[in-house]
Amino acid sequence: MAALRRTPPALVAGKYAAIAAYVAFALFPLYWLLKIALTPDALIFSDGTALWPSELTLDNFRTVIFQSDFMAYFRNSVIVSLSTAAATTLIAAAAGYAFSRFAFRGKRWVVALMLLTQMFPLLMIIAPIYKLVAAIGLLNSLTSLIVVYTAFNIPFATFLMQSFFDGIPRDLEEAAMIDGCTRLQALRVVILPLTLPGLGATLGFVFTAAWSELLFALMLINSNDAMTFPVGLLTFVSKFSVDWGQMMAAGVLALVPSCLFFLFIQRYLVQGLTSGAVKG
Amino acid sequence: MAGMELRALRKSYGGLEVLHDIELSIADGEFVVLVGPSGCGKSTLLRMIAGLEPITGGEFRIGGRRMNEVPPRDRDIAMVFQSYALYPHMSVARNMGFSMEIRRRPAAEREGPVAAAARTLGLDRLLERFPKALSGGQRQRVAMGRAIVRDPQAFLFDEPLSNLDAALRVEMRLEIARLHQRLGTTTVYVTHDQVEAMTLADRIVVMNGGVIQQVGTPLELYDRPANRFVAQFIGSPTMNLLDLAADAAGLRLGNGATLPGPGSAAQLGIRPEHLELVSAEEGEIAAQAQVIERLGSDTNVFTEAEGIGLLLARVHGNVDLRPGDRVGLRLMRDRIHLFDAEGARLPTAH
Repeated sequence: MAALRRTPPALVAGKYAAIAAYVAFALFPLYWLLKIALTPDALIFSDGTALWPSELTLDNFRTVIFQSDFMAYFRNSVIVSLSTAAATTLIAAAAGYAFSRFAFRGKRWVVALMLLTQMFPLLMIIAPIYKLVAAIGLLNSLTSLIVVYTAFNIPFATFLMQSFFDGIPRDLEEAAMIDGCTRLQALRVVILPLTLPGLGATLGFVFTAAWSELLFALMLINSNDAMTFPVGLLTFVSKFSVDWGQMMAAGVLALVPSCLFFLFIQRYLVQGLTSGAVKG
Repeated sequence: MAGMELRALRKSYGGLEVLHDIELSIADGEFVVLVGPSGCGKSTLLRMIAGLEPITGGEFRIGGRRMNEVPPRDRDIAMVFQSYALYPHMSVARNMGFSMEIRRRPAAEREGPVAAAARTLGLDRLLERFPKALSGGQRQRVAMGRAIVRDPQAFLFDEPLSNLDAALRVEMRLEIARLHQRLGTTTVYVTHDQVEAMTLADRIVVMNGGVIQQVGTPLELYDRPANRFVAQFIGSPTMNLLDLAADAAGLRLGNGATLPGPGSAAQLGIRPEHLELVSAEEGEIAAQAQVIERLGSDTNVFTEAEGIGLLLARVHGNVDLRPGDRVGLRLMRDRIHLFDAEGARLPTAH
């Protein structure tokens, strides 16, 4: 059977070539980021579009880490993104479970309302949000960003979590409840372990969204102490020049947490955990 | 172990009542099968017994204790689902011992019952496997093992064999029958397969449209169906139904033959195995063979009867017939069932 299904080598080679071409295309901007971060300031313009820098340096990284406020921005971003991801996932998981498992009065309205919030361009509501945050005295605080990001991410995250819960057969928690679990126990012991891919995906999605958000951070934060890294990147742009090397070095550093985070959750993103639960 | 009492049990979804005044007593240790077509409410009734569906009205007791408001975990029951519902992230051993684990029994204490159940079901060598590495039949066994380890007052089965192939179904049916003989635990079993119902049940509950049509032993249902629905639902192939005209002479068949019986009778029922196939001259109904199904042990002869329509006769062994042959049919008089216009059973003359 295996011999019959063997693919011609040329086709295999072609497939790999196509994948390699796509990966090269997708990763090129990241490569360029790294290249400029490692190029000495003096050579940035003279090197131009050469693929390899004529000289390598870590000076840009040194300056960014030790002589700028970047580490403070970085810490603020980590706090905001992690808190947003945790709060959103927790609320979205609870809401998604409710939408998936319970029939209750007004469910359709709540779903419709949540969809509605996704229809407005952010620019339209930025002024009222600013007024609201100012009124409760949360301007220039990380809390304001956490609250706003969480609120904006909950609807999508809820629908994402709901679809994961929908994929888990009800029979499983019913079997657990007959075996002696309360509904909460069944959720914790049986359903939650099966939802790890969903929780991982939601955490990753929300973390990345909060990590790279610029608009609200720009509007709600003015003080240097509370700036997140996307706003902080703008400090490398001055009135008369752009500090490309340092900006790119900061960009490279900013990629690290996202990569680490996805490395951490990727094992939970593997699908097929529920196979074998029911007939098949 | 304990018996069950269902008193005027009702179930509604919004304004729609799907189960109407269900009255049923299940004796301690009895094997009761709920059977009926899709949508008749049998699974809903089982889920109400399990505590997975709230009871709208009436009363439900297990061992004399009112259960209406008791959550599933406190009803002391075990259920085998149609989908098996094995926990995919747990090994076979953990799946089977889960009810003890959740009650915080130490691991050492769980091992004995799990091993015993695994031995009974031939799962000894699969205990460390995960559900996805098991075949359908093995998963079914694990689901049953989980129920056995629970050591409940009653077993509930929700169409447990409908996902298995025909050969495995027969094997597992036997396994369930043996299990019940050995444990003697009160069992409620839902199926739409009447062969499962007839072979497993002490008593069968036939349901249709959310109403119990008849409760009885398999042979009671076969021999004395309470109405036309039960008559047609129990028995394979299905009972023949013949329209009747009543006049002064008695009951008249479509071909003019007369039978003694009440003047109100509207239909006559006769099972295919109770129609004798005779020569064209001897029969009280003249017919022409149309399709002949040879099953080896039996032969099904579909005939077109003059003035009556399609009639099926089932004959033991083989018969020397070809489509188009003229045959005669004779009704076994003591096997005739009569129904009125509403489908209710009427007394017969014999």
